[in-house]
Amino acid sequence: MRLTFTVNGRKQEADDVWEGESLLYVLRERMGLPGSKNACEQGECGSCTVRLDGVPVCACLVAAGQAQDREVVTVEGLADFAKQRDEGGSASGTSLDEAKRWQSKPGETGTAAQRLAPIQRAFIDAGAVQCGFCTPGLLVAADELLERNASPSDEDIREALSGNLCRCTGYEKILDAVRLAAARSEEAV
Amino acid sequence: MGATRTPSNITQGSKAKGGIGESTLRPDGTLKVTGEFAYSSDMWHEDMLWGFTLRSPHAHAEIKSIDTSQALAQAGVYAVLTYDDLPTDVKNYGLEIQDTPVLAHGRVRHHGEPVALVAADHPETARRAAAKIKVEYVPLPVVHDEASALAEDAPLLHPGRDDHHAGHVPHPNIVHRQPIHRGDVAAARARADVIVSGEYEVGMQDQAFLGPESGLAVPGEDGGVDLYIATQWLHSDLRQIAPVLGLPPEKVRMTLSGVGGAFGGREDLSMQIHACLLALRTNKPVKIVYNRFESFFGHVHRHPAKLWYEHGATRDGKLTHMKCRIVLDGGAYASASPAVVGNASSLSVGPYVIDDVEIEAVALYTNNPPCGAMRGFGAVQACFAYEAQMDKLAAELGLDPVEFRQLNAMSQGTVMPTGQVVDSPAPVAELLRRVKAMPLPPEKQWETAGESADVRALPGGLSNTTHGEGVVRGIGYAVGIKNVGFSEGFDDYSTARVRLEVINGEPVAIVHTAMAEVGQGGVTVHAQIARTELGVTQVTIHPADTQVGSAGSTSASRQTYVTGGAVKHTCEAVREKVLELGRARFGSYHPAWATAELLLESGKVVTDGGEVLADLVDVLEGEAIDLELEWRHRPTEPFDLRTGQGNGHVQYSFAAHRAVVEVDTDLGLVKVVELACAQDVGKALNPLSVVGQIQGGTTQGLGLAVMEEIVVSPEAKVRNPSFTDYLIPTILDTPTIPVDVLELADEHAPYGLRGIGEAPTLSSTPAVVAAIRAATGLALKRVPVRPEHLTGT
Repeated sequence: MRLTFTVNGRKQEADDVWEGESLLYVLRERMGLPGSKNACEQGECGSCTVRLDGVPVCACLVAAGQAQDREVVTVEGLADFAKQRDEGGSASGTSLDEAKRWQSKPGETGTAAQRLAPIQRAFIDAGAVQCGFCTPGLLVAADELLERNASPSDEDIREALSGNLCRCTGYEKILDAVRLAAARSEEAV
Repeated sequence: MGATRTPSNITQGSKAKGGIGESTLRPDGTLKVTGEFAYSSDMWHEDMLWGFTLRSPHAHAEIKSIDTSQALAQAGVYAVLTYDDLPTDVKNYGLEIQDTPVLAHGRVRHHGEPVALVAADHPETARRAAAKIKVEYVPLPVVHDEASALAEDAPLLHPGRDDHHAGHVPHPNIVHRQPIHRGDVAAARARADVIVSGEYEVGMQDQAFLGPESGLAVPGEDGGVDLYIATQWLHSDLRQIAPVLGLPPEKVRMTLSGVGGAFGGREDLSMQIHACLLALRTNKPVKIVYNRFESFFGHVHRHPAKLWYEHGATRDGKLTHMKCRIVLDGGAYASASPAVVGNASSLSVGPYVIDDVEIEAVALYTNNPPCGAMRGFGAVQACFAYEAQMDKLAAELGLDPVEFRQLNAMSQGTVMPTGQVVDSPAPVAELLRRVKAMPLPPEKQWETAGESADVRALPGGLSNTTHGEGVVRGIGYAVGIKNVGFSEGFDDYSTARVRLEVINGEPVAIVHTAMAEVGQGGVTVHAQIARTELGVTQVTIHPADTQVGSAGSTSASRQTYVTGGAVKHTCEAVREKVLELGRARFGSYHPAWATAELLLESGKVVTDGGEVLADLVDVLEGEAIDLELEWRHRPTEPFDLRTGQGNGHVQYSFAAHRAVVEVDTDLGLVKVVELACAQDVGKALNPLSVVGQIQGGTTQGLGLAVMEEIVVSPEAKVRNPSFTDYLIPTILDTPTIPVDVLELADEHAPYGLRGIGEAPTLSSTPAVVAAIRAATGLALKRVPVRPEHLTGT
């Protein structure tokens, strides 16, 4: 089948998609977006968490066909998504106007170093990343938490992230990272 | 190189000095938070095929025949391989004993053993083709425990074995046996006022790393193969892969891709040889990615163990003697079993002074899943048992469990049961003091200002099973000892290549090792070491591959010690070359070049008095200094096969835990409220990463205490190969983990550091169980503790 959907603000098409493929497989193997991870492929670990029309879902449990005509945000689009949210925009991705105005700046190598969402920056700063395999899913889930609850309690954070397994960190530094991102955004207001 | 997503250099620069002792941030952090970091399952190549492994549904069976014709006939299938397709006479592999078939030959010895391989143009096509392979099995009787393994008529797992342990084991179904005798146990036993004994059991734990076994094999034009892989030790893989492929090692070019955790589970090969075989057969790139179900069959697990212990003590609380017998189930193939036996036996006494001991540890061959390395490696099982014994003894003597431990705690100068003198700080009593001194978490945190309880702070959580009724708090302590580095005479070296050159007007160090970065932060530390030793700010970490010498394994808490040591050593040699160049070029301008001790700092050559002699850029003047050197720690000795005597270990590592739990005694539900840890790390090269390691290790110990177990049926079948049924701690299960880091330098180690990764996994488990015992009054001799153990239902 042919699949048409929006990924990180861009219209995408995939041909010859087998009906049994998951959204996760299409993103990873057909869209060249392997940021969403394949730790369990049974909805238990949250490493493939993406936003589907804004709702955090395990991409491994979404049949590719269910994404037809819908909007998906993955970890690769999280920085843009967060930026546009901050600026009051609705769609993610780079607008055509913005793209036309774009000029390279010295020292900006085009990678994402300068373009991280606050939650991404906080994960690095707090030491919440070790092997990093759980990180993309946790980032999407934590970003969604902070979107609806700007200053969550520890219990709120634990509840929101309870569907995301991490095997390296013992979660303490992940809690630190979410607290840090929340504190920084309060400071910025 | 055709692969579009392959590991690339990671460059980290900072204005700050960023040397050792600072919590510099991970150089791979940005790639990991943006989704760009290429893990082994993210590899992609144009025109690549997908490999799939057909596995045995039986734990023990004869293979009568294999018919691959229907699978081969399926559209989209490029190759189907069985044992008969293996290209050379080398058809087995293994870490120490080459007893593991690449593909089953005439017999399968455990549930999930690889039988055949398929390569196809879509993963589902490969799966469906594999289902069409017809294998005729005749089930055989199953060996599943010590009694069945050592019975007179027991089927032999490996008849005619001729490995180097075969000659000294009492039965061919015993992989390795290590006794340790020291002192006079009978005489010491006679002095004891109190004797306690107990039988303990540890279930089979899984590493449950999140990144599944995966990789990409790309056939080369020279008949060789390029393999992008997640592993713990590239060169160990290479040594096992190349002979099976019939290729010289230089034609098997291995590059480390992103590794999604390891914890011991990637010491053994999984899909490496399989992907290479399919790639060489089809002459196309082949990617294999296990799903979680297959991953549970794709790697070894922590040895389940049965442990019998006897301790004696005098009325005043001094330990008199210890006898123990530890039986580890190694499963169908040897993997790391011999080394696990060495650890379990030599560390079975724990961090205590006991002069008179009789110890025996064995690993069995059975038809259960193969077991090998997992964080803590033999010391975890022993720690659960000896710490339970310590609490039992303290109770028997009416002593405080912490004071009783402190009274018997080892220290620098203590002689281990192996005769080895502990020759660096061993602050066991101090760690216990520190962990006990931490403030306790408030009681009844579920009580809120309003009327209703906050169920999120209670056992059972949002299941809303209690509002505080029947909930009892308990506190437990434990301490453990782990060896650091490979032991028993192993040549445990590492290699580092360091290049110093001027790029864009700035001195840059390029550090190239084969160290497997599995998440622990070795790459961070290597950059810090290079900055400290070479006085540069820009350090580039080259991808790990087999183009540089072996780094040894990312195992045994050893990488910061050994490969960190190699990076330090090579940087020092590079520095000497820089100074030679400087003396040749500028020596005549300043007498200090000849007389002072010179350092490299902030891109300059300076005297130890701080006087600047030259810019590094001017000294190098376009030249690059490039050295590749090996580095070794002090040698170790094998343990004597009869007495267990020998200086077998390089370094010891210690951690202590205090667990606070709340148990819903009606339902048997446990909430770990806090799990505090104190650990001596010698020197924290990166304090942020050190604490992260301690908290992560602690959490894996918590998992073993209350939830994690691979359930194996009496027929030796794995019952719960999924994250639905094999539970690892979530953020709701994991409490606050306060950490107190002690830094007592080990003068034998680089910067005085101590390997840290494993020790916190040891004492965490017995501390949690001690706390549950304190809350419930139950004996609890087995982990994981399940609700039914607490309710008696």
